[in-house]
Amino acid sequence: MIRYTIKRLIQGVITVWFIATATFMAMHSVPGDPLMNDKAISEEIRKNLEAQYGLDKPIIEQYGIYLWNMVRGDFGISFAQENRRVNDIIREHFPISAILGILAIAFAGLGGILFGALTARYRNQMPDIVIMFLVILGISVPSFVFAALGQLALVKLNAFFGISILPVAGWGTLSHMIAPSLVLGLGTMAFLTRLMRSSMLEIVSSDYVRTARSKGLPPTRIFLRHELRNAILPVVTVLGPSIAAITTGGFVVELVFAIPGLGRYFVQAVQQLDYTVIMGTTVFYGAFLVFMVIVVDLLYGLIDPRVRLE
Amino acid sequence: MIFINSGSRRFGKRFVSGALGTAGAASEAPGSRKGIAWLGEGSQLFILSVLGIGAFVLLMALLSWASELSGVGGAGEAVDPTTGTITLALTTEPPQLDSTRATDMVSGQILGHVMEGLVRYDEFNRIVPGVAERWEIGESQAIFHLREDSRWSDGSPVTAHDFVFAWRTAVAPATASEYAFILYPIKNARAVNEGELPVTAFGAKAVDDHTLAVELERPIGYFDKLVAFPTYYPIKQDFYEGRDGRYGADAIDLLYNGPFIIERWVHGAQLRMLRNDAYWDRDRIHLNAIDYAYITSDVNATLNLYKDGKVAIAGLDAETLHDALEQRWKLERFNDGSVFFIEFNHRPSRLTHNRNLRKAIQFVVDPAELVYKVIKLPGNTPGESLFPVWLKGVNGYFRQEYPAPEHRVDLARAHDYLERAKQELGIDPLPPLIFLSGDNPAANKQSEYFQEVFASRLGIEVKIDRQIFKQRLAKMTAGEFDMVLAGWGPDYADPLTFGDLFASWNKNNRGAYVSAELDAWVAVAQSSLVPEERMQAFDEIQKIIYDDAVILPNYERGSVFVRNPQLKGVVRRAVGTDPDYTGAYIVDG
Repeated sequence: MIRYTIKRLIQGVITVWFIATATFMAMHSVPGDPLMNDKAISEEIRKNLEAQYGLDKPIIEQYGIYLWNMVRGDFGISFAQENRRVNDIIREHFPISAILGILAIAFAGLGGILFGALTARYRNQMPDIVIMFLVILGISVPSFVFAALGQLALVKLNAFFGISILPVAGWGTLSHMIAPSLVLGLGTMAFLTRLMRSSMLEIVSSDYVRTARSKGLPPTRIFLRHELRNAILPVVTVLGPSIAAITTGGFVVELVFAIPGLGRYFVQAVQQLDYTVIMGTTVFYGAFLVFMVIVVDLLYGLIDPRVRLE
Repeated sequence: MIFINSGSRRFGKRFVSGALGTAGAASEAPGSRKGIAWLGEGSQLFILSVLGIGAFVLLMALLSWASELSGVGGAGEAVDPTTGTITLALTTEPPQLDSTRATDMVSGQILGHVMEGLVRYDEFNRIVPGVAERWEIGESQAIFHLREDSRWSDGSPVTAHDFVFAWRTAVAPATASEYAFILYPIKNARAVNEGELPVTAFGAKAVDDHTLAVELERPIGYFDKLVAFPTYYPIKQDFYEGRDGRYGADAIDLLYNGPFIIERWVHGAQLRMLRNDAYWDRDRIHLNAIDYAYITSDVNATLNLYKDGKVAIAGLDAETLHDALEQRWKLERFNDGSVFFIEFNHRPSRLTHNRNLRKAIQFVVDPAELVYKVIKLPGNTPGESLFPVWLKGVNGYFRQEYPAPEHRVDLARAHDYLERAKQELGIDPLPPLIFLSGDNPAANKQSEYFQEVFASRLGIEVKIDRQIFKQRLAKMTAGEFDMVLAGWGPDYADPLTFGDLFASWNKNNRGAYVSAELDAWVAVAQSSLVPEERMQAFDEIQKIIYDDAVILPNYERGSVFVRNPQLKGVVRRAVGTDPDYTGAYIVDG
């Protein structure tokens, strides 16, 4: 178990290094640079700026400096926001994305398992048909459409009641979180529902469930111990990557609901070719994703005794 | 290790219970037994879901507590007459608010509210006194007499030294300010900026605390307009040096001398300004607070906030316009000052170096068609000249005094020019021309329109090269295009802000147009002090741009927005702080 964990962590570090290197090279091979702006600048000012940011050094040396700083946990200073350290940007804005992400995943996981179990129970009956129809909608409609529609619905809702039931956008209180996290989690919830349904159906008709029933176990026990626990396995498998995807993929939702999360900085940085922020956020997100996958793999062993971690 | 043990235990159990398997299988068939089981499990599901929702609510409560620690405050209504507060949305947050290094519109907007320069623009876009009470601008020197009651937000007086310090900082090579060039009319500013002279040689001096003497590099008739620009704002030296390189990074890293101060700045979330009681002209200010409580570039989201009564102003684009029209809201529009055009690549290696080819293209484009049939956004007006309509001339507006050359689509002339171009170039048919364009819906629409126009009216094939902002700039600078969709916004309220754009020495002349004649007229416009002479020079430039088809004007950009009817006195303008809320006030609805 410990050996396995260490092995996975080393693999993870290599993956992150690979992500960092690939991003660095891709970023520098794109035409243009972060110092280029609407108004052309003189050679002298350009030289001053290059010296300030160390862009006057050969690429390979920049890469070396960059890696060394990264190992020390310093991502440098943003090009676009000249007074902000990338570490500060991540520290201030990732927690907001994380809160949004955790809520969305809690919503998605809870809803997915619940609706999945429900549809399996009422297979080919009304609840199943209705929910599965919604699931198909949820999977095929992208989150930015849901975000825009959800926001519009809030406007109508508030107008209908004449008071502000839920805020249309912004961040800060509990009420600000409900709509964006629902919107963000919807796609994943739909996906998990489908997964849960098929895995539940398989398990309900399995021998050991039939046995449990026949020996007269209370339904509670059958459901919790025999069905749910086994059916949940595939859901847990995809939960890890989903957590990372949701936490990092909330850009559009953050934009629509004016939430000061990290996603916006990530996307803006690419548009502005803000080298340090691109590197910082990519490596951070990369490391986060790798870490979540490892955590889920370890968790898998805890839930499913048949899995041996070697 | 535990896993393996528990696994074998479970397996054992299953084996044992398997002995009773047949009975269980049989029991699934009859409906009654099944029904009871369903019911039991159904209520289990119910209990579980209640528990789950409970856990979810608990989690939310916990997270909301955590997020409050990060300090984002809730926002009020769009306009609040009792507290004198208005709430607004920003498209992006200012990268930082150090006036010597600020380059973008949003920084300019915020700085314009919290800082004051020597002069400012009033609601009719006239230059009026700011920190300077009066001034004299001569051929080689400008003297500014500063008012004695102008104060920093810490109570200390604003002095001539504060201006000298800010300007020196801006031109100092170490600051690497992108807008240092705007100070170049000051003696030795360029040499200092390029590291050839020490900063002490810089031509601005404080004669005493309230007299600022500026030596000029050359006679400059529009210097009063220039000093309204944010790079010319004052900075207090002690304070700047005490921030350890973080000047302008946060609300506490700034000292204010303008109508407002920044009370709160939560990065990416909120920027809240309060009326500055230390401001000398505080009676001019009616609002107590301006709360930028939302930061999003999503036009739709801002309009939804407007509908919900949460923001007082929302800008519109082609999509949201329709929505606003349906609501029968009063639309407001204004000319944002910028001009958009097709810029040709004049480098000798390019086909567009050939004047006849450019003229051929010129005679098939119709800006009116582009504006009214393709862009279809009210507020935009068809482009006729490099110089937009709002620029002032000698007495009235420049374009009224010196109308733009008349332009009409003329296919016969266009083909005539094209034939000559083909002969001169010795190529027939012409290879596809590279049409560089931005990568967004608006730019795509325009570039595809032009592609179609050139193909159907001239038989010229055009290859569209879509690039995002920085890449497009890189390709423009490197000259990797034949035509590019470009634009230019003004820095100061004088035609020269457009007039020198295609001078051979201008780095923003990305098509590398070279004309000795145009350069000569730019020189006249730069240093003449006679308004008639200067405007004549701009007219000559205007004619050269048309005759030589340097660029093809597309449109002058207008913006459309909706405003809460209770909010009055908001000034929108082409040059200077925009939007300007310093004179805004709330009326009872």
